[in-house]
Amino acid sequence: MTSFNAALVRADTPQLTRVINGYPITYLDSGATSLPPRAVIEAMSRHYELHHANVHRSVFQTASEATEAYEGARLAIAKFINAPGGAEEIVFTKNCTESFNLLARSWGRVNLKQGDVVLLSEMEHHANIVPWFQLRDMLGFEVRFIPVTDDFRLDLSNIDELMKGVKLLSVTGMSNVLGTINPIKELSAIAHKHGALIAVDAAQSVAHSVTDVKDLDVDFMCFSAHKMLGPTGIGIFWTRKEILRDMPPFLGGGGMIADVSVDGYTPANGPTRFEAGTPPIAEAAGLGAAVTYLTGLGMANIAQHEHDLTGDALTRLELEFSGRIRVIGPRDMTNRGGVISIDVDGVHPHDVAQMLDQFGVCVRPGHHCAKPLMKRFGLNATARISYGPYSLVRDTDMLLEALHSAIGMFG
Amino acid sequence: MAGLEDLYKEIIMDHYRSPRNRGELPTPPAVCTEGFNPLCGDQITVYIDVTDGVLKDIKITGQGCSISQSSSSLMSAAVKGKSLEQVQETIGTFKQLMTGHETALEDGGEPEKVDIRALGELAALQGVVKFPVRIKCAVLAWNTLSQALSELPS
Repeated sequence: MTSFNAALVRADTPQLTRVINGYPITYLDSGATSLPPRAVIEAMSRHYELHHANVHRSVFQTASEATEAYEGARLAIAKFINAPGGAEEIVFTKNCTESFNLLARSWGRVNLKQGDVVLLSEMEHHANIVPWFQLRDMLGFEVRFIPVTDDFRLDLSNIDELMKGVKLLSVTGMSNVLGTINPIKELSAIAHKHGALIAVDAAQSVAHSVTDVKDLDVDFMCFSAHKMLGPTGIGIFWTRKEILRDMPPFLGGGGMIADVSVDGYTPANGPTRFEAGTPPIAEAAGLGAAVTYLTGLGMANIAQHEHDLTGDALTRLELEFSGRIRVIGPRDMTNRGGVISIDVDGVHPHDVAQMLDQFGVCVRPGHHCAKPLMKRFGLNATARISYGPYSLVRDTDMLLEALHSAIGMFG
Repeated sequence: MAGLEDLYKEIIMDHYRSPRNRGELPTPPAVCTEGFNPLCGDQITVYIDVTDGVLKDIKITGQGCSISQSSSSLMSAAVKGKSLEQVQETIGTFKQLMTGHETALEDGGEPEKVDIRALGELAALQGVVKFPVRIKCAVLAWNTLSQALSELPS
């Protein structure tokens, strides 16, 4: 049973009561990080007030409560993305970036060699580029990119050629700059046809649409809690049990071992093999609460809400700023999420963002950690608007008013 | 809360719209250095021609926000034709203006007044200090110039 009302989500989100420069906050940076609802904040403070202890080995009551919260979050995430093997397939990391580093340094290190290819796309976030370059420099395989078309979609016209020699296809579910939602199901069929595995960067997509790894038929997925109404400091890595079983440890230390002697060590089995040291326990409690909250809203409802907001904003940007503002992303609302990058003619994105801040409007200027994509479209930076489940049409109203003012000032 | 007018002063907007000393110089004899602001993608290239201890000519190319571009234009106007000693002094004064009073600001204080007469038009950038995230925009050109000076053949 789900119920969705964006105004109620807003009321659940304490930070949205802030007043900035005399204006109620207009938060349009959910693509960078989302604002947690009270339920998430309370779950974390409740943990520190009542249940805080280190997880796993301790036997006293609060330690088992903490373990229950930590392992409960693992199970919640497994259900949330429909992991076929359940909680045993979920590894907690620090963030989505660390999840990609785990994929590269653990799976990649033992499965890639000279002559192999890792295929990425031009619209990837640096998190899904740099770890591959680092590993390439050690092992000598090739990193290749799927180009992006002029209408901001993956150019799959030459995909069979591009797939030659590919061991891993690693692409984003949704571009953090363009808003483009990629055809993951189609891509997984292509990858598997060519005997390759497929990894998905779900950082943007997971909080804004239904995610079902079984249905998508993918092999790896990386995302972070803070982009799905959860806290910072905890990320998620998922892969199928059969693959995880053969992956060597990434970080070493306490908690990830089965045995240690003066001669060496034996790693633990299952996800804990990749969770060296005290994990983010309170953050896991917060993440568990975020999953419960999102599930209650219904991911399909959130997707529809953000779809409507984005369509409305694109139409109004075109009507009110035609010729002055260029949207760097698809105009077509099919397979398009709630991220809108704009290029204001004659006003640098930094200045745009600074002016908008005067109206309490929060947008992000910069290259959004996607420099190859920026280069592809001849840009240094854009100003990015991104919606969340708590966004309302009034946020777009305020954005447009502030944009008029910014453009007025720069002439 | 500092008002936007502190940041976007008339002089800044003028130098942004009509940047001075825009362009390139042949290298050699000029020395050319590139500077990046990795956080926002701003990029700047500074060309300097130094003869007999005097910065005879300076040209700048690049892309960036109004603060980084106007700062580079103001800088070029302030240092062109000056002795290297004077250039270093101006760089020092400007950097002090941008970073020297952070502690005072953190304690809630106002930035200490710098002698405006010594700065000339550069004083227009004083307001940037009230917007800490923009300081890196304002100092990009200056850091690049410092780098170029350090790369001069001795």
